[in-house]
Amino acid sequence: MNSKLLTVSASVIVVAAAGAMVWTAVQPPSDIFAGCSTSSVAGAAIGGPFTLVDETGATVTDAQVLSKPTLIYFGYTFCPDVCPTDSARNGETLDLLTDTGYDAGVVFITIDPDRDTVDRVREFTDYFHDDMIGLTGSPEQVAVASRAYKTFYQKQDTGDDYYLMDHSTFTYLVLPGLGFVQFFKRDDTPEDMAKTVACYIDASANA
Amino acid sequence: MKLSFFAAAAGLLSTPLYAHDYTVGDLTIHHPVVFETAPMAMTGGGFMTITNSGTAADRLIGVEADFPRVEIHQTVVTDGIGRMLPVGAIDIAPGTSVTLQPGGYHVMFIGLEGRQLKDGDDVPATLLFETAGRLAVVFKVEKRPEGTGMTMQHGSDAGTHSH
Repeated sequence: MNSKLLTVSASVIVVAAAGAMVWTAVQPPSDIFAGCSTSSVAGAAIGGPFTLVDETGATVTDAQVLSKPTLIYFGYTFCPDVCPTDSARNGETLDLLTDTGYDAGVVFITIDPDRDTVDRVREFTDYFHDDMIGLTGSPEQVAVASRAYKTFYQKQDTGDDYYLMDHSTFTYLVLPGLGFVQFFKRDDTPEDMAKTVACYIDASANA
Repeated sequence: MKLSFFAAAAGLLSTPLYAHDYTVGDLTIHHPVVFETAPMAMTGGGFMTITNSGTAADRLIGVEADFPRVEIHQTVVTDGIGRMLPVGAIDIAPGTSVTLQPGGYHVMFIGLEGRQLKDGDDVPATLLFETAGRLAVVFKVEKRPEGTGMTMQHGSDAGTHSH
């Protein structure tokens, strides 16, 4: 038991050390995004690995999905008010970025995998933007993705199939190689978001 | 300027192609709408402004429509976490308007079951008021307005504002 514990501890230290090295290696000069940031994050780092199922039913990793600057939102398709509003907003942000020559992506990750099938997520995201990527997965896969981004979700059990979910409503900007850099709140407009995302893309290109 | 009056009264729902109003007793219901839903959506949100021009309070205590469930909800966002709370009734104080709008109060049409609500469709419903009684209305389905974000919920008490 002790030797196993030691092995585990050693692994943790190795992983932590490796993580620190990677972080040091990819961490941009601290001020390159100073002119872009509109949110500050205290405490634990946001973002990390996940494995989910895409709109075609294929299993995909975060590295595959987040190959370009991407906005990530966690929601569910049964949601009548918050998620459609935020998804429409994120789709408009992508349009604004595309119109001004920026290559970016938008991802919707369901936190209601029990009801949000591959088909349902695909139709939901396609409705809001042709290029919006919808991801679902097993409850465990979704939990891992949610934990990585420190999001919260909880079912309001009504005893039938029409239950609602409480959930985080932030949108996260993730840059390839750099990871999470910025979150957006519900009252951020498409114009403000596009401007901020463009700033990050420009800054990372010039770094 | 009639147009600007309507724009002010309707808040977020300020630029309908056409507006439609209903009156029952001292209450005026301005432009009930449902935003178009995604093809497989199971829920739709209904919005409107209710004005009480009388001297006594009234309450919206229910909505009936041809769906498995219809409820009155309030979206509450606390520390970035969105919750939708069923509310038993919405108070409409005398001389005030209450706007049901994204991010605040809304009517939940639950269980669309493949019935996509499309721009131009009608959703007949009955509003139940404690004092004014029953009122048949049509929620017009409209495209979601662009570029709105969630600006309306801030600084207002869940969409309540006085005239």
